[in-house]
Amino acid sequence: MKRRILIAALAAAFALPAAFSASAEEGKPGGSIIVTYKDDIVTLDPAIGYDWVNWSMIKSIFSRLLDYKPGTTELVPSLAESYDISKDGLTYTFKLRKGVKFHNGREVVAQDVKYSFERTNSPKTESPGAGFYDQIAGMDAFKKGKAKEVKGIKVVDPATIQFTLSRPDATFLHIVALNFSSVVPKEAVDKAGKDFGKKPVGSGAYTVAEWKLGQQLVFKKNPDYFVPGVPKLDQITFQVGLEPMTAILKLEKGEADVAGDGIPPAKFLEIRNNPKYAGMIVEGGQLHTGYVTLNVQMKPFDDARVRQAVNMAVNKERIVKIINNRAVPATQPLPPSMPGYDKDFKGYAYDPAKAKELLKEAGLEKGFKTTLYVFNVDPNPRIAQAIQQDLKEIGVEVALKNLAQANVIAAGGKPKTAPMIWSGGMAWIADFPDPSNFYGPILGCAGATAGGWNWSWYCNKELDKRAEAADAMSDPAKAAERAQAWKTVFTDIMKDAPWIPVFNEQRFTFRAKRLGGPDNLYVDPVRIPINYDHIYIKG
Amino acid sequence: MARYLAGRVGQALLLLLGVSLITFVLLYVMPADPARQIAGRSATAETVQVIREQLGLDQPLHVQYGRYLSGLAQLDLGRSYAQKTEVSEIVAARLPASLLLMMAAIACELLMGVAIGVVAAVKRGSRLDNASMVASFVGVSTPQFVAAMLLLYVFAVRLDWFPVGGYGEARHLVLPALTLGLLGAGWYARMVRSCLIDVFTQDYIRTARAKGAPEWRVLLVHALRNALLPIVAMIGIDVGLFMSGAVVVESVFGWPGIGQLAWQAIQQVDIPIIMGVTLVAAVAIILGNLLADVVAPFVDPRIKLRTAP
Repeated sequence: MKRRILIAALAAAFALPAAFSASAEEGKPGGSIIVTYKDDIVTLDPAIGYDWVNWSMIKSIFSRLLDYKPGTTELVPSLAESYDISKDGLTYTFKLRKGVKFHNGREVVAQDVKYSFERTNSPKTESPGAGFYDQIAGMDAFKKGKAKEVKGIKVVDPATIQFTLSRPDATFLHIVALNFSSVVPKEAVDKAGKDFGKKPVGSGAYTVAEWKLGQQLVFKKNPDYFVPGVPKLDQITFQVGLEPMTAILKLEKGEADVAGDGIPPAKFLEIRNNPKYAGMIVEGGQLHTGYVTLNVQMKPFDDARVRQAVNMAVNKERIVKIINNRAVPATQPLPPSMPGYDKDFKGYAYDPAKAKELLKEAGLEKGFKTTLYVFNVDPNPRIAQAIQQDLKEIGVEVALKNLAQANVIAAGGKPKTAPMIWSGGMAWIADFPDPSNFYGPILGCAGATAGGWNWSWYCNKELDKRAEAADAMSDPAKAAERAQAWKTVFTDIMKDAPWIPVFNEQRFTFRAKRLGGPDNLYVDPVRIPINYDHIYIKG
Repeated sequence: MARYLAGRVGQALLLLLGVSLITFVLLYVMPADPARQIAGRSATAETVQVIREQLGLDQPLHVQYGRYLSGLAQLDLGRSYAQKTEVSEIVAARLPASLLLMMAAIACELLMGVAIGVVAAVKRGSRLDNASMVASFVGVSTPQFVAAMLLLYVFAVRLDWFPVGGYGEARHLVLPALTLGLLGAGWYARMVRSCLIDVFTQDYIRTARAKGAPEWRVLLVHALRNALLPIVAMIGIDVGLFMSGAVVVESVFGWPGIGQLAWQAIQQVDIPIIMGVTLVAAVAIILGNLLADVVAPFVDPRIKLRTAP
């Protein structure tokens, strides 16, 4: 017994092309812009690319079964024109849109979808996204080389693809919208081999016209793109290797249109308060939380009262000031723009007196000594120093360990090594807009293993069960109930206080005045940092 | 000459072997795990292990190094962990920019340095001499990023004579080359000045003057020629230096050279690229010095090239 999701089909017919028709009238189509980045474009292979620079580029070159409404976290059909979810939540059937063509001219068929999912998950591909697909039936056997194909991905006919899951997973629709689920043509991958990341062929809004390694990449509009009127621009040139400050100066002179890395922290106030930059800065939230992990396996943080005490001792308002108000103080693990965020939950308010009382209760009246690990790039050491001062107020002596990023990550993944870690510079930014992405790897039992990302080593079997139950509610009609379930998981975690949630970072995009389109395209929560498909030059 | 070169090439190969071994061991003992970096944060320990095996990172150090060397013998630098592309291709794409910047910077420092040095030596003790020596002192002690940002601000932002960073046209080259050139010119100026002052006291200069040679001829033909030798040696060093160490200037001006690549590779723990860049830098330093040594006998006929006894 299946329910057809009519809304999906309707959205395919009307919503997507119409989503930005209002703004399309304001902006004239065409023209070309220049976007700058500091770091090189490492790869445009959708199975491999996983960084700030290439994330949104890959979204624009390739298409996925589902995508997000521009500037929002709302799922909409893309390559799929509709989908069915079976009542038990285990079977997902997608009907492909007809006549969509890859950049090489061949039509996209269901076999391509199957091939692309298997490619991402093949150990040979070494994809950093392979961990997202373990809910698909037969995935384990495929990854271990015991099966030549993934049993749970079935081509029903050239226009229909069906996924069978081994457990219900409410996040699955987000999973098929991930970059790693982008559909690629096998013949182009076979031809390019390991160089596919330099010679990408997709079915997205732009094609790669020119690529000078380490210098620049040129996007040309795909005239056959299946969404009418998209993209708006004819061409985007990406120049790489430019420091954020150099990029700002280039923008000021009209030599560039978007500074992809935003505003350098040290110059933030100066630029924000300078009237000549008015209208060039776009502010938005991001699915990010900066936190301190408290290792529950190490003394004295094995005592919840001690963890609560340090939570109360940290003055988050002051830390936010230290980073020039580029963030908002956090009360819980989830960031405010994530479904399931509890805006009424106050967490642990700043209260050093109460913190001291709690320490006394725990038998640590005289305080204790501990170590805070921190990534050694500004502003992280300054934030760590603020935490150090705050904790000193309640008698806790904190030694700072400033290390390279890879070393902090290595220490976090080693049992009983790092009592406290400030997550800045490697903090969790959600891969997809769903609360479950903030639990399993960083707060659940699964992540509390050697080499894992749960640096508090917090493992609460009861919460794990509730998390699993929440993710099993895959009926879209139960979305609100599911969000509520997640909400309490995260607020209940805070009773045990394995983290000090410190702040949620805001994002600031710096763009030329001639660029138009709603602001949320420039701080798109999914197409990070900006949505290249829908922005335009003002007419 | 041929024997000398063969000996030097032999030495160079040994040096490269040493450099590759040291770099390889340093990267091996580094706590960062490239397999984890590649696998991403959603990966299970099993996946990380599979990747580790595929890259051969589970093998003991000597096996890994042996494999790397055998690749190197076939001029195969391996594939980048992050980019999956051939390291040789990635490095080759950066070479033209580095070579161009190196040549322009050396031309810059040579022109300015020698001119200032000659003037200072001839007008020794004058205000001009003092001023140029102070200037060159400031030059050699200014950090690269300060000079780079200053030039960028004045000539690109304020005066708008040049673009703010980038690559591709001659006008992009001016400011980065000038930054390296201005700072390097100080060394040349001081060297030329002290050499000339030293030479001026020698008998053959007095002889040249006594036989009535015009002062410009004494200076340019007789005296300066003796100051050339250390300059050639310094150029040799700069060739290696600019090919490997222009990281700061390359970053500020967005110049797509070797230094920028090295910096990014280090941040990504992309070991094949770090190895490749280190070897290219080592080759550049060796070649630069070899060049200086080979040119030396032409500059100063008293020097004969011999292999070490």
